Amino acid sequence: MMADPGLSKAAIRAEAERLFAAFLAAGAVSVEADILLPAETLLDLYGEDIRARAYVTADPMAGEMMLRPDFTVPVVQAHMAGGAEPARYAYLGEVFRRQDHLDGRAREYMQVGYEVFDRAAPAADAEVFALFAGLLGDLPLRPATGDIGILMAAVRGLSTTDRRKAALLRHIWRPRRFRALLDRFAGRAAVPPARAALLARLAADTPEALVAAAGPLVGLRSAADIAARAAALIEDAEVPSLAAPEAALLYDLLSLEAPATAALAHLRGIAPLLPAIGPAIETFAARLAALQARGIDTDTLPFEASHGRTTLEYYDGFVFSFLAADPALPPVASGGRYDALTAVLGQGRSIPAVGGILRPGLVARLRGAQC
Amino acid sequence: MLKIGVPSKGRLMEKTFDWFGARGVAMLRTGGEREYSGAVEGVAGVELVLLSAGEIPRELAAGRVHLGVTGSDLIRDKLADWDRQVADWAALGFGHADLVIAVPTGWIDVDTLDDLDAAAAAFRAAHGRRLRIATKYHRLVREFLTGNGVADYALVDSQGATEGTVKNLTAEVIADITSTGETLRANHLKILSDGLIHPSQATLFASRAADWQVAARPLRALAAKLALPLPPGLPGAAA
Repeated sequence: MMADPGLSKAAIRAEAERLFAAFLAAGAVSVEADILLPAETLLDLYGEDIRARAYVTADPMAGEMMLRPDFTVPVVQAHMAGGAEPARYAYLGEVFRRQDHLDGRAREYMQVGYEVFDRAAPAADAEVFALFAGLLGDLPLRPATGDIGILMAAVRGLSTTDRRKAALLRHIWRPRRFRALLDRFAGRAAVPPARAALLARLAADTPEALVAAAGPLVGLRSAADIAARAAALIEDAEVPSLAAPEAALLYDLLSLEAPATAALAHLRGIAPLLPAIGPAIETFAARLAALQARGIDTDTLPFEASHGRTTLEYYDGFVFSFLAADPALPPVASGGRYDALTAVLGQGRSIPAVGGILRPGLVARLRGAQC
Repeated sequence: MLKIGVPSKGRLMEKTFDWFGARGVAMLRTGGEREYSGAVEGVAGVELVLLSAGEIPRELAAGRVHLGVTGSDLIRDKLADWDRQVADWAALGFGHADLVIAVPTGWIDVDTLDDLDAAAAAFRAAHGRRLRIATKYHRLVREFLTGNGVADYALVDSQGATEGTVKNLTAEVIADITSTGETLRANHLKILSDGLIHPSQATLFASRAADWQVAARPLRALAAKLALPLPPGLPGAAA
């Protein structure tokens, strides 16, 4: 399984060290991370899907461990455990990705990364993107950007129940599921027959009586848990569909693809119809201004409101990647903002964070192909 | 010589022997009652290899047997990209069992995967941990749940008596094979209406990794006896 055919590990490491040095020169402090990480933390963050993407091994004392699938979690943990603020970190090393298909991608490859923990969010977004754009400027790559924060703000601003908003937010990284929920809440899809039958049964008696009639209840999910969801289902069946203009706005947002400056103008145009997205749009505007100040042409920078929704589910704001012309290649670089992740790992404390990784193997390969 | 792997004991072995026997290929155990050796009569150049049904997928993938009889559930669970490693030659019409997701019958609010997902989210919020699903079919169950957008669950390994894990409080949900549903009902569990992961049956598979040049002649003879077209895409088999 050669990740980068024709390139020696030494050549890849040399490229990695060149990129790493550029991150140090930009003000980052070098940070090291373990290769063996406790599986529990990663499973709680990413869910069972991570098992299909990471190597799991067992330690007789420490229990399940994973071979580092990325650096984000250990770097955030190191920062939360005692880093000063603001902070910039750089790292370099192997990551390991389990491949469940015969001709899958590389099982291990080098990553070089740069992470910024700084409360001045739009400026930090621009700093990271401009730094990556500068390092990759000599290569034929296509940048892609997005902002999951705008979509999340739009969902939070819908005039519907908190429960429906929470359901949409929970599936924001699963576009198909999100779309199915939205279609149902917008009244574009009929109530599924199974749900209609369930509601009819629940209407027959109190949840407690129905549970008792179903025979002995086994397991940890209690009669109270069941009654609570039954009540929620009945309540939800009474909730009116999303107002048509609101729903139309959300569908519009999901498919928004335009150069960044034009996307901003479009968003400002729709903001009066959904005032809750105003602050997220102003964050977007501030980021574009910061990018311009760093020499990025936002009139041509591609923007997609749904970009980054299918990757690991922790980005919750600005997202970006740099893609090679060959669609079979993974992104040469990718990153984004993950404020919520620091709150989860910080156990009550949180700090806005943004960062990204480069794949030096791909950078070296593309650079080699050029000369 | 063509090697065919067959389950080494129980009804699966007997039914396999019957299926081949009815088509003029006699399989029999040789040696003592406890000795795992066998023979094939009726087709020249076929060697019987008696194996645990659970090991047949691995032996097929490695090409150490040319053909193998095992459950279609085991092939799909144990082999990545199973249809690129083996060819599905013939469904044998026995060993039927459905791999399903089952929840306690008392869960009157849960009938579909959609409900399961919502219950999992609420369970995590209320109990501070993910809903546990006991199974031995890790790949099939995970792919099925991911494909259907179910989140907030944890798979826990259960190699047997899986239906008892809910009562024993080591899981909240199970994913296991069932043929009549009796054991599920006895353990106060019900199948989700859209919870069928895979309808399994005993199947004759052909390895794509085996050396077919040495087995081309017996394969053609066997195919003629079984009245089956040659499995497609076996390198060297048509020579």
